[in-house]
Amino acid sequence: MRYSGFHVIWEALTGHKGWTPAWRDPAPQSDYDIIIVGGGGHGLATAYYLAKEFQQARIAVLEKGWIGGGNVGRNTTIVRSNYMLPGNEPFYEFSMKLWEGLEQDFNYNAMVSQRGVLNLYHTDAQRDAYTRRGNAMRLYGVDAELLGRDQVRAMYPFLNFDNARFPIKGGLLQRRGGTVRHDAVAWGYARGADQRGVDIIQNCEVTGFRITDGRIAGVETSRGYIGAKKVGVAVAGASSRVMAHAGMRLPIESHVLQAFVSEGLKPLIDGVITYGAGHFYVSQSDKGGLVFGGDIDGYNSYAQRGNLPVVEDVCEGGMSLMPNIGRARLLRMWGGIMDMSMDGSPIIDRTDVDGLYFNGGWCYGGFKATPASGYCFAHLLARDTPHPTATAYRFDRFRKGLMIDEKGMGAQPNLH
Amino acid sequence: MIINHPLLGPRDAQEFTYLGDANLLNRPNPDAPDAAERFYEYLYLRDNPAGLHRELWYHEQGDRSWLVVTRNTLTHEITKVELARDVARAAQAAGESA
Ligand SMILES: Cc1cc2nc3c(=O)[nH]c(=O)nc-3n(C[C@H](O)[C@H](O)[C@H](O)COP(=O)(O)OP(=O)(O)OC[C@H]3O[C@@H](n4cnc5c(N)ncnc54)[C@H](O)[C@@H]3O)c2cc1C
Repeated sequence: MRYSGFHVIWEALTGHKGWTPAWRDPAPQSDYDIIIVGGGGHGLATAYYLAKEFQQARIAVLEKGWIGGGNVGRNTTIVRSNYMLPGNEPFYEFSMKLWEGLEQDFNYNAMVSQRGVLNLYHTDAQRDAYTRRGNAMRLYGVDAELLGRDQVRAMYPFLNFDNARFPIKGGLLQRRGGTVRHDAVAWGYARGADQRGVDIIQNCEVTGFRITDGRIAGVETSRGYIGAKKVGVAVAGASSRVMAHAGMRLPIESHVLQAFVSEGLKPLIDGVITYGAGHFYVSQSDKGGLVFGGDIDGYNSYAQRGNLPVVEDVCEGGMSLMPNIGRARLLRMWGGIMDMSMDGSPIIDRTDVDGLYFNGGWCYGGFKATPASGYCFAHLLARDTPHPTATAYRFDRFRKGLMIDEKGMGAQPNLH
Repeated sequence: MIINHPLLGPRDAQEFTYLGDANLLNRPNPDAPDAAERFYEYLYLRDNPAGLHRELWYHEQGDRSWLVVTRNTLTHEITKVELARDVARAAQAAGESA
């Protein structure tokens, strides 16, 4: 079934009796050419592009819970391509271009909204750093504008410009950045993959790999053994746990990141704002809730919930940036488990086991990467060579000293 | 989270900063022939377990001691707190890694 405006009107007039499930619920077959472990955004996008762009068949996505129950359905939905380093920026811009055509491509309303991402600066040094970042972006053909204080004031007059300690001096704006409805990304890719014959198998946890003579033979799952010629793992926060089944230790720690939504308010913020003097970023959903977040809690965790000190820190950041939210009530908050890598950048690479591939280390910024990550992982799985924009995302960069460390923090995942 | 400091009693985790896996106490020998490989593993690879995790916390806003905290990463429950100094010395005396 192809979705269209006409279709919606037709169904509205005929009692909504014609809608069918957006994807099948197949039983696992005994073997596949390619198995993707993890039905998050990255796993589903990988399956979609494998089938659509790389003409692969006999593909399954194995998900231990339900698709979209992981980080793809827990993030604060911000997409942008305002990175600085050569290994990163072309990749994230590739992702941004895929976002721009995504809804037409997979025929699903993902509410891609290029409402602009504004990073505020508060000191001269921070302005210089943003000037450099903006210039680096423009060298790669990406849009970036450095705004002065008056230009920011014209956009968001209610911000706390004259905060005695952290006055707002301006901001770096990427107009093409914005937000995307996160669950719809999972659902759109799932539906698109399913339509091209991919089996999406939920409630199917991978509990081990069968490896013979250094080559992958298949995966053990909670629904029995399934054979495979190739296996691609994209399980985000569970990366270390899953790859341990193949005897691997990863350059990754799992950490918890929290997110928050306020009660519905009248339209207040039409873009995305990030505070440069504390950990706080905010946008407003189409239902009116302020969607915001801050820093990771900072200690290893698999608990999918965080602690109160970070809640307090995030709310303090919010209050010092925009005191007008002081009376708004917090409606919901939750946590997700981040695969924090040792340099803050991801990995899309082969492993020492033939036919076993890995995609992870996305930290708290992997939602924006979803389309390109899926595309590049599909490229690697289908052709055995990295996509040109993802050549730097290798395991051996740590051994070789080729880190992609945007923040310059070193091997300290809780600081990235 | 409350960390039961061996010298100061129960303290809010907010007073501490977190470093990571307590295995960071076991710095490889820089003169060993395979030192480069050992340092790569020491610096960049982690067990990252789901369950009990021994980890280093620094009492930055307190007595500035380093602690080895045993904590469950699935529940955040803390079951053991030791002075890192004691852990390192005991390991040294036994000729093992901490
Ligand atoms: C609170 C929060 C805010 C965030 N904000 C942003 C943001 O604003 N912008 C941005 O770009 N990024 C953001 N992120 C990061 C982003 O959400 C993640 O980097 C990205 O979603 C990870 O990829 P994924 O979608 O494939 O992960 P997931 O959706 O977590 O998918 C992994 C899947 O693997 C499954 N799995 C795990 N183990 C197994 C197993 N053994 N067998 C089978 N399946 C398994 C899990 O159940 C899960 O569904 C945020 C994350 C969080 C938690």
